[in-house]
Amino acid sequence: MLAFIIRRLLQSILVMLAVSFIAFSLFNFTGDPVALMLPPEATQLDREEVRKTLGLDQPFYVQFAVFVQNALQGNFGISLRLGRPVSQLLIERLPATLELATTAAALGLLIGIPLGIYTALKRESWTSNLLLTGSLIGVSLPNFLIGIFLILIFAVWLGWLPSFGRGEVTQLGLWSTGFLTESGLKALVLPAITLGFYPVTLFMRLVRAQMLEVLRADYIKFARARGLTNNAVYFGHALKNTLVPVITIAGLQLGGLIAFAIITETVFQWPGMGLLFIQAVQFADIPVMAAYLCLIGFIFVSINLMVDVLYYIVDPRLRTDRAGGH
Amino acid sequence: MKIAYITYRRAVDSMRVRSTLAVIAASFACVACAASSVFASTELPAKSFRWSSRSDVFSMDPHSTNNGFNNTISSYVYEPLVIRGKTMAIEGALAVSWLPVDATTMRFKLRDKVKFHDGAAFSADDVVFSITRALEKTSDFSEYMQGIRGAKKIDALTVDIVSDVQNPTLLDQLTEIRIMNKAWAQNHKVLRPQDYKNGEETYTARNANGTGPFILKSREPDVKTVMIVNPNWWSKIDGAITEVIYRPIKSDATRVAALITGELDLVLDPPVQDLAKLKENRDIKILEGNENRTIFLNFDQSREELLYGSKGKNPFKDIRVRQAMLLAIDVNAIHKTVMRGLSLPTMSMIAPQVRGYTKDVEKRPAVDLVRAKKLMAEAGLANGFEVTFDCPNDRYINDIQICSAIAAMLAKIDIRVRLNAMPATLFLPKIQKSDTSLYLLGWGVPTFDSLNPLQALLRTKTKGTDGNFNFSGYSNAKVDALVEKLKTETDFKKRADLTREALLIDQADVGHIPLHHQVIPWAMRKNVTVVHRSDNGMWARWAVIN
Repeated sequence: MLAFIIRRLLQSILVMLAVSFIAFSLFNFTGDPVALMLPPEATQLDREEVRKTLGLDQPFYVQFAVFVQNALQGNFGISLRLGRPVSQLLIERLPATLELATTAAALGLLIGIPLGIYTALKRESWTSNLLLTGSLIGVSLPNFLIGIFLILIFAVWLGWLPSFGRGEVTQLGLWSTGFLTESGLKALVLPAITLGFYPVTLFMRLVRAQMLEVLRADYIKFARARGLTNNAVYFGHALKNTLVPVITIAGLQLGGLIAFAIITETVFQWPGMGLLFIQAVQFADIPVMAAYLCLIGFIFVSINLMVDVLYYIVDPRLRTDRAGGH
Repeated sequence: MKIAYITYRRAVDSMRVRSTLAVIAASFACVACAASSVFASTELPAKSFRWSSRSDVFSMDPHSTNNGFNNTISSYVYEPLVIRGKTMAIEGALAVSWLPVDATTMRFKLRDKVKFHDGAAFSADDVVFSITRALEKTSDFSEYMQGIRGAKKIDALTVDIVSDVQNPTLLDQLTEIRIMNKAWAQNHKVLRPQDYKNGEETYTARNANGTGPFILKSREPDVKTVMIVNPNWWSKIDGAITEVIYRPIKSDATRVAALITGELDLVLDPPVQDLAKLKENRDIKILEGNENRTIFLNFDQSREELLYGSKGKNPFKDIRVRQAMLLAIDVNAIHKTVMRGLSLPTMSMIAPQVRGYTKDVEKRPAVDLVRAKKLMAEAGLANGFEVTFDCPNDRYINDIQICSAIAAMLAKIDIRVRLNAMPATLFLPKIQKSDTSLYLLGWGVPTFDSLNPLQALLRTKTKGTDGNFNFSGYSNAKVDALVEKLKTETDFKKRADLTREALLIDQADVGHIPLHHQVIPWAMRKNVTVVHRSDNGMWARWAVIN
């Protein structure tokens, strides 16, 4: 078990190195931050000088090596746009993104799973058909469009909810939370629904498909033959087995929600890491982009690791498989 | 010392990371209990003025970031010696009067009994300090400090500003040099403007202490900047507002939605395509203002062969080709269809608000495709040629649409244009290396004086600001001589003559093809009154909410 985790940790370091290496090779295409840092009247000489002091005149692999060297010491540099340490910026923005992503994931699970069960059990009913058709919209509509629709309906037409921002936040140490104020909770509703739309439909369809498959299994027939009630069969036996793959997907989805909150955050001016990243791209703010991509890589890798460990615990077959290959 | 500081900094950072993780864990545990305890809503005070645009200021340091938007926000808190009033005429701010002592020295009498936001009294020492600070190497305001040697204290309320040579635009330059408190800067170790290159955040980036009409109360970059009215200001703001809240919103649609819902009072940059819809809304009004920014085309006129175009002789070196392009580009069509009426089509490289502008530089030949084709044929290019057109896509209003329209117009005289659209972060470095054959550029005039555009755009590129934005290699000795005269001529009538002459020579050469001056629409709630400055500055001191 320990060897397994250590092996995975070593692999994840490689993954993060690869992520940041690819990121650095792409930074050439985002352009030159110096163009926006200096006033138009600056001379070519001034620009060259700034480029040199920032190390931007170096080829990307040299810049990458310097970055890795500093990152290993916990120094991610300073944002060229905001002039503040990148680590500090990311720490400030992390709570907003995590609160949004976890709320969206919770929505996905709390709404998606019951709907999935319902549509599996009441296959023929018109509500099921309606829900399934509706879920197609959720899967195929892009996030920003859902966000703009929600703003139009709930902020512009009905005037119930704010159209942007995070409302009043409360500072708990370094963590800023929007959960404790009414305006904070109100501001969370639309972005969370926007971001949660996809996981809701995803979990609904996943649970439905799993449930239908499980219901055809032999042990369900035996359970029925034993004369168990419908509820005992569905929730005692079928649902339990349905949820195993759901755990995996839920874990991966959380990583995805954190990473892909970029669009939702941009639409709602949600002050999270995604918004920071988008603005960094526009400004070619290389230190922020690099640190963000590394952090996202790290989140994915660690969630993957946790899922693997969970599997290891849940599925006994993995444990006996230690010696041989696949 | 330095190393010790950095190590200390890192230690602090890593401590922060660790404690954050602890807080994360704690607050997850607390989510359930938190959700149940909802506090009563805190309504905003009725008198806040809330506005928004696409991006945020980079820093609150008055001498570290020089761009129009940053300077606007900076002017809420900090004040210069002289400012531009509602008509853009120069007025006293921290200076009450000024008189030349000799050709290179201007003596300023300072305003008495002015206090900084922290209570310190304003005096000549602060002016000398701030001028010196703006002259530092890390200052971003070298453009405005051009020709200024320094400041000298005469007594507590008198300061001399000394120039290298006689400087006719000294007052224009000083409108953007804002004054800080010397003692405050010393206490917080911000004697020099923030230096991005050293990787340090300075105190001035998020804290401010000026003499201006608003006091910086809080600043969260990219989220919210709150300023309250300074009760001790030496003058009065127009409105009855008590605070200004600036919240950047990146998404166009959201920004407009927030204006419609009444969460904002003003949006500085409504998307052009939404204007018609906004005008129909009973609660919204649009204020159109002329900006002193001119959009124009330029082309490589110096290389023997184009870098990005047909092989062989550079066609732009032939004046007939340049004339043909001028005749083929229909600026009125661009005005009507692309800009939807929001532009001032022009033949002038400077806008009417710029000092030195005269109406007689506006004679543009009518569009004439027959003559244009004839000129192309005479130049031996009856079959036309190919060229790549570098165009920014996030810099000016409808920039990429303007470029597409021009590409279609040039196609009619067989100039086959490959459009190369780029964000400003790619576009500017590319053209700044003159690595281009044809490009679109806009030029606003921060000094409001013709010397600035003529020197940067029309003059032969040598060193410093001479020809600094002349990437086409345009060069005419007569224009250069006129620009040199402009640098020292103090008679404004004569300056206007010099300007006109230079502009007309450039027109005869077809050295540039001007398109239009930008018109900037601001969208606001019906009950809001503001003054639209031609440098696109939104000054909250003039905002009134009824």
